[in-house]
Amino acid sequence: MFNSSLKALSAQLADRKISSVELTGEFLKRVDALNPVLNAFITVDPEASLAQARIADAMIASGRAGPLTGIPVAQKDIFCAKDWLTTCGSKMLSNFVSPYDAHVIERFNAAGAVNLGKTNMDEFAMGSSNETSFFGPVKNPWDIKAVPGGSSGGSAAAVAARMAPAATGTDTGGSIRQPAALCGISGIKPTYGLVSRYGMIAFASSLDQGGPMAKSAEDLAILLNAMVGFDGRDSTSLERQPENYAKDLERPLAGLRIGIPAEYFAEGLSLDVEKAVQAAISEYQKLGATIVEVSLPNTRLSIPVYYVLAPAEASSNLSRYDGVRYGYRSANYKDLAEMYENSRAEGFGAEVKRRIMVGTYVLSHGYYDAYYMQAQKLRRLIAADFAGSFEKCDVIMGPTSPSTAFDLGEKGDDPVQMYLSDIYTIAVNLAGLPGMSIPVGFGDNGRPVGLQIIGNYFSEAKMLNVAHQYQKATDWHSRMPNI
Amino acid sequence: MSISLSDVKRIASLSRIAVSDAEAEATRAQLSGIFSLIEEMQAVDTAGITPMSHAQEIVLRMRSDTVTEADLHEAFQKGAPQVEAALYLVPKVIE
Repeated sequence: MFNSSLKALSAQLADRKISSVELTGEFLKRVDALNPVLNAFITVDPEASLAQARIADAMIASGRAGPLTGIPVAQKDIFCAKDWLTTCGSKMLSNFVSPYDAHVIERFNAAGAVNLGKTNMDEFAMGSSNETSFFGPVKNPWDIKAVPGGSSGGSAAAVAARMAPAATGTDTGGSIRQPAALCGISGIKPTYGLVSRYGMIAFASSLDQGGPMAKSAEDLAILLNAMVGFDGRDSTSLERQPENYAKDLERPLAGLRIGIPAEYFAEGLSLDVEKAVQAAISEYQKLGATIVEVSLPNTRLSIPVYYVLAPAEASSNLSRYDGVRYGYRSANYKDLAEMYENSRAEGFGAEVKRRIMVGTYVLSHGYYDAYYMQAQKLRRLIAADFAGSFEKCDVIMGPTSPSTAFDLGEKGDDPVQMYLSDIYTIAVNLAGLPGMSIPVGFGDNGRPVGLQIIGNYFSEAKMLNVAHQYQKATDWHSRMPNI
Repeated sequence: MSISLSDVKRIASLSRIAVSDAEAEATRAQLSGIFSLIEEMQAVDTAGITPMSHAQEIVLRMRSDTVTEADLHEAFQKGAPQVEAALYLVPKVIE
Protein backbone atom coordinates (compact mmCIF):
# COMPACT_ATOMS: atom_id res chain seq x y z
CA MET A 1 0.00 0.00 0.00
CA PHE A 2 2.77 2.47 0.87
CA ASN A 3 4.29 2.04 -2.59
CA SER A 4 0.95 2.17 -4.46
CA SER A 5 0.23 4.72 -7.15
CA LEU A 6 -2.46 7.35 -6.58
CA LYS A 7 -4.58 5.57 -9.18
CA ALA A 8 -4.29 2.27 -7.30
CA LEU A 9 -5.13 3.92 -3.96
CA SER A 10 -8.10 5.69 -5.51
CA ALA A 11 -9.36 2.39 -6.96
CA GLN A 12 -9.09 0.71 -3.55
CA LEU A 13 -11.07 3.56 -2.01
CA ALA A 14 -13.70 3.37 -4.75
CA ASP A 15 -14.01 -0.41 -4.34
CA ARG A 16 -14.36 0.04 -0.54
CA LYS A 17 -11.35 -2.21 0.04
CA ILE A 18 -10.13 0.50 2.37
CA SER A 19 -11.69 3.69 3.74
CA SER A 20 -9.96 7.05 3.73
CA VAL A 21 -9.99 6.96 7.55
CA GLU A 22 -8.10 3.64 7.45
CA LEU A 23 -5.72 4.79 4.72
CA THR A 24 -4.98 8.06 6.51
CA GLY A 25 -4.52 6.14 9.76
CA GLU A 26 -1.95 3.84 8.14
CA PHE A 27 0.08 6.76 6.78
CA LEU A 28 -0.18 8.60 10.12
CA LYS A 29 1.26 5.50 11.82
CA ARG A 30 4.14 5.47 9.37
CA VAL A 31 4.76 9.20 9.95
CA ASP A 32 4.72 8.53 13.69
CA ALA A 33 7.29 5.76 13.32
CA LEU A 34 9.68 7.49 10.91
CA ASN A 35 9.45 11.16 11.77
CA PRO A 36 11.65 10.92 14.89
CA VAL A 37 14.45 9.78 12.54
CA LEU A 38 13.77 11.88 9.43
CA ASN A 39 12.20 15.08 10.85
CA ALA A 40 10.23 15.48 7.62
CA PHE A 41 7.12 16.94 9.27
CA ILE A 42 6.87 20.06 11.43
CA THR A 43 3.20 19.57 12.30
CA VAL A 44 1.03 16.46 12.38
CA ASP A 45 -2.56 16.78 13.56
CA PRO A 46 -4.19 13.33 13.41
CA GLU A 47 -7.59 14.60 14.52
CA ALA A 48 -7.74 17.24 11.80
CA SER A 49 -6.53 14.76 9.17
CA LEU A 50 -9.01 12.07 10.23
CA ALA A 51 -11.86 14.60 10.24
CA GLN A 52 -11.06 15.34 6.58
CA ALA A 53 -10.84 11.60 5.89
CA ARG A 54 -14.36 11.13 7.26
CA ILE A 55 -15.63 13.87 4.93
CA ALA A 56 -13.85 12.09 2.05
CA ASP A 57 -15.44 8.77 2.98
CA ALA A 58 -18.85 10.46 2.87
CA MET A 59 -18.04 11.88 -0.57
CA ILE A 60 -17.05 8.41 -1.78
CA ALA A 61 -20.21 6.86 -0.28
CA SER A 62 -22.40 9.41 -2.07
CA GLY A 63 -20.68 8.89 -5.41
CA ARG A 64 -19.04 12.33 -5.52
CA ALA A 65 -15.45 11.11 -5.45
CA GLY A 66 -12.71 12.44 -7.74
CA PRO A 67 -9.23 11.03 -8.33
CA LEU A 68 -7.82 12.59 -5.12
CA THR A 69 -10.78 12.05 -2.81
CA GLY A 70 -9.62 10.36 0.36
CA ILE A 71 -5.91 10.48 -0.58
CA PRO A 72 -3.58 11.87 2.11
CA VAL A 73 -1.28 14.62 0.81
CA ALA A 74 1.54 16.20 2.84
CA GLN A 75 1.62 19.98 2.52
CA LYS A 76 4.80 22.02 2.53
CA ASP A 77 4.69 24.34 5.54
CA ILE A 78 4.81 27.35 3.20
CA PHE A 79 1.11 26.90 2.31
CA CYS A 80 -1.29 28.58 4.72
CA ALA A 81 -3.90 26.08 5.90
CA LYS A 82 -6.77 27.30 8.07
CA ASP A 83 -6.35 26.43 11.75
CA TRP A 84 -3.01 24.71 11.05
CA LEU A 85 0.28 25.95 12.41
CA THR A 86 2.02 27.43 9.33
CA THR A 87 5.65 28.26 10.11
CA CYS A 88 7.54 28.45 6.79
CA GLY A 89 10.37 26.79 8.72
CA SER A 90 10.98 29.96 10.73
CA LYS A 91 11.02 31.02 14.36
CA MET A 92 9.36 34.20 13.05
CA LEU A 93 6.18 32.22 12.30
CA SER A 94 6.64 29.46 14.88
CA ASN A 95 3.39 30.55 16.58
CA PHE A 96 1.42 31.42 13.43
CA VAL A 97 -1.87 29.54 13.12
CA SER A 98 -3.23 30.49 9.73
CA PRO A 99 -6.70 32.09 9.72
CA TYR A 100 -7.20 31.18 6.04
CA ASP A 101 -6.44 28.63 3.32
CA ALA A 102 -4.03 29.11 0.44
CA HIS A 103 -5.59 28.62 -3.00
CA VAL A 104 -3.68 25.35 -3.34
CA ILE A 105 -5.10 24.12 -0.02
CA GLU A 106 -8.61 25.15 -1.10
CA ARG A 107 -8.16 23.13 -4.29
CA PHE A 108 -7.03 20.01 -2.42
CA ASN A 109 -9.88 20.40 0.07
CA ALA A 110 -12.40 20.75 -2.75
CA ALA A 111 -10.95 17.60 -4.36
CA GLY A 112 -11.55 15.74 -1.09
CA ALA A 113 -7.85 15.16 -0.38
CA VAL A 114 -6.70 14.77 3.21
CA ASN A 115 -4.05 17.10 4.67
CA LEU A 116 -1.62 14.62 6.23
CA GLY A 117 0.51 17.29 7.89
CA LYS A 118 2.88 20.17 7.24
CA THR A 119 6.35 19.34 6.00
CA ASN A 120 9.69 20.74 7.07
CA MET A 121 11.57 23.14 4.81
CA ASP A 122 14.44 25.59 4.66
CA GLU A 123 13.50 28.80 6.45
CA PHE A 124 11.32 30.89 4.10
CA ALA A 125 12.38 28.43 1.35
CA MET A 126 15.92 29.86 1.38
CA GLY A 127 18.26 26.93 1.16
CA SER A 128 19.26 23.84 -0.81
CA SER A 129 19.76 21.37 2.04
CA ASN A 130 16.95 21.90 4.55
CA GLU A 131 19.60 22.84 7.10
CA THR A 132 18.30 26.39 7.55
CA SER A 133 15.00 25.23 9.09
CA PHE A 134 14.32 26.55 12.60
CA PHE A 135 12.91 23.07 13.30
CA GLY A 136 16.14 21.26 12.52
CA PRO A 137 17.37 19.55 9.36
CA VAL A 138 15.50 16.78 7.54
CA LYS A 139 17.44 13.55 6.95
CA ASN A 140 17.59 11.86 3.57
CA PRO A 141 15.74 8.50 3.79
CA TRP A 142 18.35 6.87 1.51
CA ASP A 143 21.14 7.75 3.95
CA ILE A 144 20.44 9.67 7.13
CA LYS A 145 23.93 11.20 7.05
CA ALA A 146 22.86 13.04 3.87
CA VAL A 147 20.72 16.12 3.32
CA PRO A 148 17.40 15.68 1.48
CA GLY A 149 18.00 18.84 -0.56
CA GLY A 150 15.90 21.94 -0.25
CA SER A 151 13.95 23.90 0.22
CA SER A 152 11.10 21.35 -0.10
CA GLY A 153 13.24 18.75 1.72
CA GLY A 154 10.54 17.58 4.12
CA SER A 155 8.10 16.90 1.29
CA ALA A 156 10.76 15.04 -0.71
CA ALA A 157 11.84 12.92 2.27
CA ALA A 158 8.20 12.19 3.19
CA VAL A 159 7.40 10.87 -0.30
CA ALA A 160 10.72 9.00 -0.62
CA ALA A 161 10.20 7.26 2.73
CA ARG A 162 6.59 6.54 1.71
CA MET A 163 5.30 8.48 4.73
CA ALA A 164 2.91 10.20 2.29
CA PRO A 165 1.60 9.12 -1.13
CA ALA A 166 2.24 12.65 -2.43
CA ALA A 167 3.22 16.10 -1.28
CA THR A 168 3.36 19.73 -2.38
CA GLY A 169 6.44 21.85 -2.84
CA THR A 170 7.42 25.26 -4.10
CA ASP A 171 10.27 26.13 -6.41
CA THR A 172 11.97 29.54 -6.58
CA GLY A 173 15.40 28.39 -7.75
CA GLY A 174 15.09 24.60 -7.76
CA SER A 175 13.31 23.88 -4.49
CA ILE A 176 11.05 21.16 -5.94
CA ARG A 177 13.45 19.64 -8.48
CA GLN A 178 16.66 19.47 -6.43
CA PRO A 179 15.16 17.73 -3.35
CA ALA A 180 13.19 15.43 -5.68
CA ALA A 181 16.49 14.48 -7.33
CA LEU A 182 18.36 14.02 -4.06
CA CYS A 183 15.57 11.87 -2.57
CA GLY A 184 14.86 9.79 -5.69
CA ILE A 185 11.31 10.99 -6.36
CA SER A 186 9.51 12.90 -9.12
CA GLY A 187 8.59 16.57 -8.94
CA ILE A 188 7.44 19.28 -11.33
CA LYS A 189 7.60 23.05 -11.21
CA PRO A 190 4.94 24.29 -13.63
CA THR A 191 5.15 27.34 -15.90
CA TYR A 192 5.18 30.50 -13.79
CA GLY A 193 1.61 31.69 -13.22
CA LEU A 194 -0.22 28.35 -13.45
CA VAL A 195 -0.44 27.65 -9.70
CA SER A 196 -1.79 30.52 -7.59
CA ARG A 197 0.59 32.03 -5.07
CA TYR A 198 -2.32 33.15 -2.85
CA GLY A 199 -1.56 31.93 0.67
CA MET A 200 1.83 30.60 -0.37
CA ILE A 201 4.23 32.50 1.83
CA ALA A 202 6.22 34.81 -0.45
CA PHE A 203 9.98 34.57 -0.98
CA ALA A 204 10.74 35.99 -4.47
CA SER A 205 7.40 36.68 -6.09
CA SER A 206 8.52 36.82 -9.73
CA LEU A 207 10.08 33.33 -9.38
CA ASP A 208 8.00 31.45 -6.76
CA GLN A 209 5.85 28.65 -8.14
CA GLY A 210 4.07 25.77 -6.39
CA GLY A 211 4.00 22.24 -7.73
CA PRO A 212 3.51 18.59 -6.81
CA MET A 213 6.04 15.99 -5.61
CA ALA A 214 5.24 12.28 -5.90
CA LYS A 215 6.55 8.86 -6.83
CA SER A 216 5.79 9.02 -10.54
CA ALA A 217 4.89 11.29 -13.44
CA GLU A 218 1.47 9.66 -13.62
CA ASP A 219 0.81 10.74 -10.02
CA LEU A 220 2.14 14.24 -10.73
CA ALA A 221 -0.39 14.65 -13.56
CA ILE A 222 -3.27 13.88 -11.19
CA LEU A 223 -1.95 16.32 -8.59
CA LEU A 224 -1.27 19.04 -11.15
CA ASN A 225 -4.85 18.77 -12.37
CA ALA A 226 -5.94 19.75 -8.85
CA MET A 227 -3.33 22.46 -8.26
CA VAL A 228 -3.46 24.47 -11.50
CA GLY A 229 -6.22 27.01 -11.89
CA PHE A 230 -6.91 30.69 -12.24
CA ASP A 231 -7.19 32.69 -9.03
CA GLY A 232 -8.03 36.38 -9.09
CA ARG A 233 -6.32 36.90 -5.73
CA ASP A 234 -2.89 36.33 -7.29
CA SER A 235 -2.20 39.18 -9.73
CA THR A 236 0.15 36.95 -11.76
CA SER A 237 -2.24 33.99 -11.99
CA LEU A 238 -2.83 33.12 -15.64
CA GLU A 239 -6.31 32.81 -17.11
CA ARG A 240 -6.23 29.77 -19.37
CA GLN A 241 -8.54 26.98 -20.44
CA PRO A 242 -8.30 24.12 -17.91
CA GLU A 243 -6.08 21.34 -19.22
CA ASN A 244 -5.97 17.65 -18.38
CA TYR A 245 -2.29 17.04 -17.66
CA ALA A 246 -2.74 13.28 -17.96
CA LYS A 247 -4.06 13.48 -21.53
CA ASP A 248 -0.78 12.75 -23.29
CA LEU A 249 0.78 10.27 -20.83
CA GLU A 250 0.45 7.29 -23.18
CA ARG A 251 1.75 8.92 -26.36
CA PRO A 252 4.75 7.10 -27.83
CA LEU A 253 8.00 9.06 -27.91
CA ALA A 254 9.03 8.27 -31.48
CA GLY A 255 10.30 11.47 -33.09
CA LEU A 256 10.79 13.32 -29.79
CA ARG A 257 13.69 15.79 -30.10
CA ILE A 258 15.72 16.05 -26.90
CA GLY A 259 17.98 19.07 -26.57
CA ILE A 260 21.23 18.44 -24.70
CA PRO A 261 23.00 21.61 -23.54
CA ALA A 262 26.79 21.20 -23.41
CA GLU A 263 26.86 23.67 -20.50
CA TYR A 264 25.02 21.15 -18.30
CA PHE A 265 27.73 18.53 -18.78
CA ALA A 266 30.73 20.77 -18.18
CA GLU A 267 33.19 21.07 -15.32
CA GLY A 268 31.65 20.67 -11.88
CA LEU A 269 29.39 17.73 -12.73
CA SER A 270 30.14 14.55 -10.74
CA LEU A 271 31.08 11.58 -12.90
CA ASP A 272 28.54 9.25 -11.30
CA VAL A 273 25.71 11.71 -11.91
CA GLU A 274 26.83 12.19 -15.51
CA LYS A 275 26.88 8.43 -16.06
CA ALA A 276 23.34 7.93 -14.76
CA VAL A 277 22.01 10.87 -16.76
CA GLN A 278 23.70 9.67 -19.96
CA ALA A 279 22.24 6.20 -19.40
CA ALA A 280 18.77 7.75 -19.11
CA ILE A 281 19.30 9.68 -22.34
CA SER A 282 20.35 6.42 -24.07
CA GLU A 283 17.14 4.84 -22.79
CA TYR A 284 15.22 7.70 -24.41
CA GLN A 285 16.97 6.99 -27.71
CA LYS A 286 15.78 3.39 -27.42
CA LEU A 287 12.27 4.76 -26.95
CA GLY A 288 12.57 6.57 -30.28
CA ALA A 289 13.87 10.01 -29.31
CA THR A 290 16.59 11.84 -31.21
CA ILE A 291 19.30 13.97 -29.65
CA VAL A 292 19.91 17.58 -30.65
CA GLU A 293 22.78 19.70 -29.39
CA VAL A 294 21.62 23.00 -27.93
CA SER A 295 23.45 25.77 -26.15
CA LEU A 296 22.57 27.73 -23.03
CA PRO A 297 25.66 29.97 -22.92
CA ASN A 298 24.46 32.18 -20.05
CA THR A 299 23.94 29.29 -17.62
CA ARG A 300 26.85 30.37 -15.40
CA LEU A 301 25.42 33.86 -15.06
CA SER A 302 22.13 32.53 -13.74
CA ILE A 303 23.62 32.14 -10.25
CA PRO A 304 24.76 35.75 -9.75
CA VAL A 305 21.58 37.02 -11.45
CA TYR A 306 19.44 34.90 -9.13
CA TYR A 307 21.36 36.00 -6.04
CA VAL A 308 20.56 39.61 -6.90
CA LEU A 309 16.92 39.26 -7.94
CA ALA A 310 15.72 36.72 -5.35
CA PRO A 311 17.23 38.57 -2.34
CA ALA A 312 15.96 41.90 -3.70
CA GLU A 313 12.41 40.56 -3.88
CA ALA A 314 12.85 38.78 -0.54
CA SER A 315 14.03 41.92 1.25
CA SER A 316 10.81 43.58 0.16
CA ASN A 317 8.53 40.60 0.85
CA LEU A 318 9.99 39.90 4.29
CA SER A 319 9.66 43.51 5.44
CA ARG A 320 6.15 42.50 6.57
CA TYR A 321 7.63 40.61 9.54
CA ASP A 322 7.85 43.44 12.01
CA GLY A 323 6.50 41.95 15.23
CA VAL A 324 3.30 43.99 15.05
CA ARG A 325 0.48 42.10 13.36
CA TYR A 326 1.50 38.45 13.65
CA GLY A 327 4.49 36.27 14.28
CA TYR A 328 7.36 36.67 16.68
CA ARG A 329 7.95 39.79 18.77
CA SER A 330 11.11 40.23 20.84
CA ALA A 331 10.68 40.66 24.59
CA ASN A 332 13.49 43.23 24.68
CA TYR A 333 12.97 46.73 23.31
CA LYS A 334 12.84 50.31 24.45
CA ASP A 335 11.18 51.86 21.42
CA LEU A 336 9.55 50.99 18.11
CA ALA A 337 12.78 50.88 16.08
CA GLU A 338 14.35 48.51 18.60
CA MET A 339 11.24 46.38 18.59
CA TYR A 340 11.54 45.94 14.81
CA GLU A 341 15.29 45.35 14.90
CA ASN A 342 15.30 42.87 17.77
CA SER A 343 12.21 40.99 16.59
CA ARG A 344 13.81 40.52 13.18
CA ALA A 345 17.27 39.75 14.59
CA GLU A 346 15.84 37.05 16.89
CA GLY A 347 13.05 35.80 14.62
CA PHE A 348 15.06 35.21 11.42
CA GLY A 349 17.88 32.71 10.99
CA ALA A 350 21.32 33.54 9.59
CA GLU A 351 20.64 32.69 5.92
CA VAL A 352 17.41 34.67 5.80
CA LYS A 353 19.13 37.69 7.36
CA ARG A 354 21.98 37.43 4.86
CA ARG A 355 19.59 37.41 1.93
CA ILE A 356 17.55 40.32 3.29
CA MET A 357 20.77 42.30 3.65
CA VAL A 358 22.00 41.40 0.16
CA GLY A 359 18.63 42.45 -1.24
CA THR A 360 18.59 45.68 0.71
CA TYR A 361 22.07 46.52 -0.55
CA VAL A 362 21.42 45.84 -4.23
CA LEU A 363 18.28 47.96 -4.10
CA SER A 364 19.89 50.81 -2.16
CA HIS A 365 20.59 54.22 -3.60
CA GLY A 366 23.53 54.28 -5.98
CA TYR A 367 23.68 50.50 -6.53
CA TYR A 368 20.36 49.86 -8.25
CA ASP A 369 21.60 50.14 -11.85
CA ALA A 370 24.80 48.17 -11.25
CA TYR A 371 23.06 45.23 -9.62
CA TYR A 372 19.30 45.03 -9.91
CA MET A 373 18.98 46.54 -13.39
CA GLN A 374 21.97 44.60 -14.72
CA ALA A 375 20.50 41.36 -13.31
CA GLN A 376 17.15 42.04 -15.01
CA LYS A 377 18.90 42.59 -18.35
CA LEU A 378 20.82 39.35 -17.98
CA ARG A 379 17.59 37.61 -17.06
CA ARG A 380 16.36 38.44 -20.56
CA LEU A 381 19.49 36.91 -22.11
CA ILE A 382 19.00 33.75 -20.05
CA ALA A 383 15.37 33.47 -21.18
CA ALA A 384 16.45 34.07 -24.79
CA ASP A 385 18.90 31.14 -24.59
CA PHE A 386 15.98 28.83 -23.90
CA ALA A 387 13.77 30.39 -26.60
CA GLY A 388 16.53 29.72 -29.14
CA SER A 389 16.96 26.15 -27.98
CA PHE A 390 13.25 25.32 -28.15
CA GLU A 391 13.26 26.16 -31.86
CA LYS A 392 15.34 22.99 -32.28
CA CYS A 393 13.95 20.60 -29.68
CA ASP A 394 10.82 19.58 -27.75
CA VAL A 395 12.39 19.18 -24.31
CA ILE A 396 15.80 19.87 -22.81
CA MET A 397 17.47 17.27 -20.61
CA GLY A 398 20.38 17.30 -18.22
CA PRO A 399 21.24 16.65 -14.59
CA THR A 400 19.08 18.27 -11.90
CA SER A 401 21.96 18.67 -9.48
CA PRO A 402 25.74 18.49 -10.02
CA SER A 403 26.14 15.77 -7.36
CA THR A 404 24.08 13.31 -5.39
CA ALA A 405 22.99 14.34 -1.88
CA PHE A 406 25.87 15.78 0.12
CA ASP A 407 26.42 15.13 3.82
CA LEU A 408 24.72 17.21 6.51
CA GLY A 409 27.12 20.03 7.43
CA GLU A 410 29.35 19.35 4.41
CA LYS A 411 28.92 22.79 2.80
CA GLY A 412 29.91 24.41 6.09
CA ASP A 413 29.64 28.12 6.72
CA ASP A 414 30.25 29.32 3.18
CA PRO A 415 26.89 30.27 1.65
CA VAL A 416 28.42 30.57 -1.85
CA GLN A 417 29.30 26.85 -1.92
CA MET A 418 25.65 26.06 -1.29
CA TYR A 419 24.47 28.51 -3.95
CA LEU A 420 26.60 26.84 -6.63
CA SER A 421 24.71 23.56 -6.21
CA ASP A 422 21.69 25.21 -7.89
CA ILE A 423 23.54 25.78 -11.19
CA TYR A 424 21.21 23.64 -13.35
CA THR A 425 17.87 24.65 -11.87
CA ILE A 426 17.94 28.43 -11.39
CA ALA A 427 17.82 29.51 -15.04
CA VAL A 428 14.47 27.74 -15.47
CA ASN A 429 12.90 29.94 -12.78
CA LEU A 430 14.43 33.09 -14.24
CA ALA A 431 12.86 32.23 -17.62
CA GLY A 432 9.56 31.15 -15.97
CA LEU A 433 9.66 27.78 -17.75
CA PRO A 434 8.36 24.45 -16.42
CA GLY A 435 10.97 22.02 -15.14
CA MET A 436 10.84 18.60 -13.57
CA SER A 437 13.09 15.95 -12.05
CA ILE A 438 12.69 12.18 -12.19
CA PRO A 439 14.89 9.48 -10.62
CA VAL A 440 17.24 7.76 -13.08
CA GLY A 441 19.60 5.72 -10.92
CA PHE A 442 22.09 5.97 -8.09
CA GLY A 443 25.53 7.48 -7.57
CA ASP A 444 28.66 5.75 -6.29
CA ASN A 445 27.53 6.35 -2.72
CA GLY A 446 24.12 4.72 -3.30
CA ARG A 447 22.29 8.04 -3.24
CA PRO A 448 19.73 8.87 -5.98
CA VAL A 449 20.40 10.76 -9.21
CA GLY A 450 17.77 12.97 -10.85
CA LEU A 451 17.26 13.75 -14.54
CA GLN A 452 15.99 17.24 -15.21
CA ILE A 453 13.45 17.70 -18.00
CA ILE A 454 12.88 21.30 -19.06
CA GLY A 455 9.95 22.12 -21.31
CA ASN A 456 8.73 25.15 -23.20
CA TYR A 457 6.01 27.32 -21.64
CA PHE A 458 2.79 25.39 -20.96
CA SER A 459 4.24 22.06 -22.13
CA GLU A 460 3.62 20.25 -18.82
CA ALA A 461 1.48 17.56 -20.45
CA LYS A 462 4.29 16.82 -22.92
CA MET A 463 6.91 16.72 -20.13
CA LEU A 464 4.79 14.35 -18.06
CA ASN A 465 4.35 12.18 -21.15
CA VAL A 466 8.13 12.12 -21.63
CA ALA A 467 8.69 11.21 -17.98
CA HIS A 468 5.90 8.61 -17.88
CA GLN A 469 7.17 6.71 -20.93
CA TYR A 470 10.61 6.43 -19.28
CA GLN A 471 9.00 5.26 -16.04
CA LYS A 472 7.06 2.60 -17.95
CA ALA A 473 10.35 1.28 -19.33
CA THR A 474 12.36 1.48 -16.08
CA ASP A 475 11.75 0.96 -12.38
CA TRP A 476 13.91 3.63 -10.64
CA HIS A 477 10.78 5.51 -9.55
CA SER A 478 9.38 2.54 -7.67
CA ARG A 479 12.57 1.84 -5.69
CA MET A 480 12.18 2.49 -1.97
CA PRO A 481 14.85 3.30 0.60
CA ASN A 482 15.43 0.63 3.21
CA ILE A 483 14.19 2.48 6.26
CA MET B 1 34.42 42.50 -3.81
CA SER B 2 34.95 43.30 -0.17
CA ILE B 3 32.60 45.37 1.94
CA SER B 4 33.45 47.22 5.14
CA LEU B 5 32.15 46.79 8.64
CA SER B 6 30.39 50.13 8.43
CA ASP B 7 28.69 48.96 5.19
CA VAL B 8 27.37 45.92 7.06
CA LYS B 9 26.02 48.07 9.87
CA ARG B 10 24.37 50.45 7.42
CA ILE B 11 22.74 47.60 5.48
CA ALA B 12 21.59 45.95 8.72
CA SER B 13 20.09 49.20 9.89
CA LEU B 14 18.27 49.71 6.55
CA SER B 15 17.02 46.12 6.87
CA ARG B 16 15.84 46.75 10.46
CA ILE B 17 17.93 43.86 11.77
CA ALA B 18 19.99 44.34 14.94
CA VAL B 19 23.59 43.07 14.64
CA SER B 20 26.20 42.84 17.39
CA ASP B 21 29.84 43.74 16.59
CA ALA B 22 30.80 40.05 16.57
CA GLU B 23 27.95 39.18 14.18
CA ALA B 24 28.82 42.12 11.95
CA GLU B 25 32.34 40.77 11.39
CA ALA B 26 31.11 37.27 10.44
CA THR B 27 28.42 38.79 8.24
CA ARG B 28 31.02 41.00 6.53
CA ALA B 29 33.06 37.98 5.44
CA GLN B 30 29.99 36.11 4.14
CA LEU B 31 28.47 39.08 2.34
CA SER B 32 31.84 39.81 0.71
CA GLY B 33 31.82 36.27 -0.68
CA ILE B 34 28.30 36.70 -2.02
CA PHE B 35 29.12 40.06 -3.60
CA SER B 36 32.20 38.59 -5.27
CA LEU B 37 29.89 36.02 -6.87
CA ILE B 38 27.46 38.75 -7.92
CA GLU B 39 30.28 40.83 -9.42
CA GLU B 40 30.62 38.24 -12.22
CA MET B 41 27.62 39.95 -13.82
CA GLN B 42 29.59 43.11 -14.48
CA ALA B 43 31.71 41.42 -17.16
CA VAL B 44 28.77 41.31 -19.58
CA ASP B 45 27.91 44.23 -21.83
CA THR B 46 24.14 44.63 -21.61
CA ALA B 47 23.76 47.92 -23.48
CA GLY B 48 20.46 48.03 -25.34
CA ILE B 49 18.88 45.05 -23.59
CA THR B 50 15.45 45.65 -22.07
CA PRO B 51 15.31 44.56 -18.43
CA MET B 52 13.06 41.54 -17.79
CA SER B 53 11.08 41.94 -14.59
CA HIS B 54 8.69 39.09 -15.12
CA ALA B 55 8.45 35.70 -16.80
CA GLN B 56 5.11 36.41 -18.45
CA GLU B 57 4.30 39.65 -20.21
CA ILE B 58 1.02 40.19 -18.44
CA VAL B 59 -1.04 43.29 -17.87
CA LEU B 60 -2.41 43.78 -14.38
CA ARG B 61 -6.10 43.00 -14.17
CA MET B 62 -8.46 45.71 -12.99
CA ARG B 63 -11.34 44.97 -10.68
CA SER B 64 -14.25 46.99 -9.38
CA ASP B 65 -13.66 48.85 -6.13
CA THR B 66 -16.05 46.85 -3.99
CA VAL B 67 -15.81 45.05 -0.68
CA THR B 68 -15.12 41.35 -1.26
CA GLU B 69 -14.17 40.18 2.23
CA ALA B 70 -16.20 39.96 5.42
CA ASP B 71 -14.85 41.65 8.55
CA LEU B 72 -12.44 39.05 9.91
CA HIS B 73 -10.38 41.22 12.22
CA GLU B 74 -10.95 39.00 15.24
CA ALA B 75 -9.65 35.92 13.45
CA PHE B 76 -6.72 37.84 12.01
CA GLN B 77 -5.79 39.52 15.28
CA LYS B 78 -5.83 36.27 17.25
CA GLY B 79 -2.17 35.74 16.40
CA ALA B 80 -1.04 39.30 17.01
CA PRO B 81 1.55 39.92 19.74
CA GLN B 82 -0.47 42.70 21.41
CA VAL B 83 -4.01 43.85 20.64
CA GLU B 84 -6.41 46.11 22.49
CA ALA B 85 -9.87 47.27 21.36
CA ALA B 86 -9.18 45.76 17.90
CA LEU B 87 -6.00 47.86 17.59
CA TYR B 88 -2.43 46.58 17.29
CA LEU B 89 -0.31 47.93 20.13
CA VAL B 90 3.24 49.15 19.55
CA PRO B 91 5.62 51.17 21.73
CA LYS B 92 4.77 54.85 21.93
CA VAL B 93 5.99 56.69 18.82
CA ILE B 94 4.96 60.29 19.57
CA GLU B 95 6.03 61.88 22.86
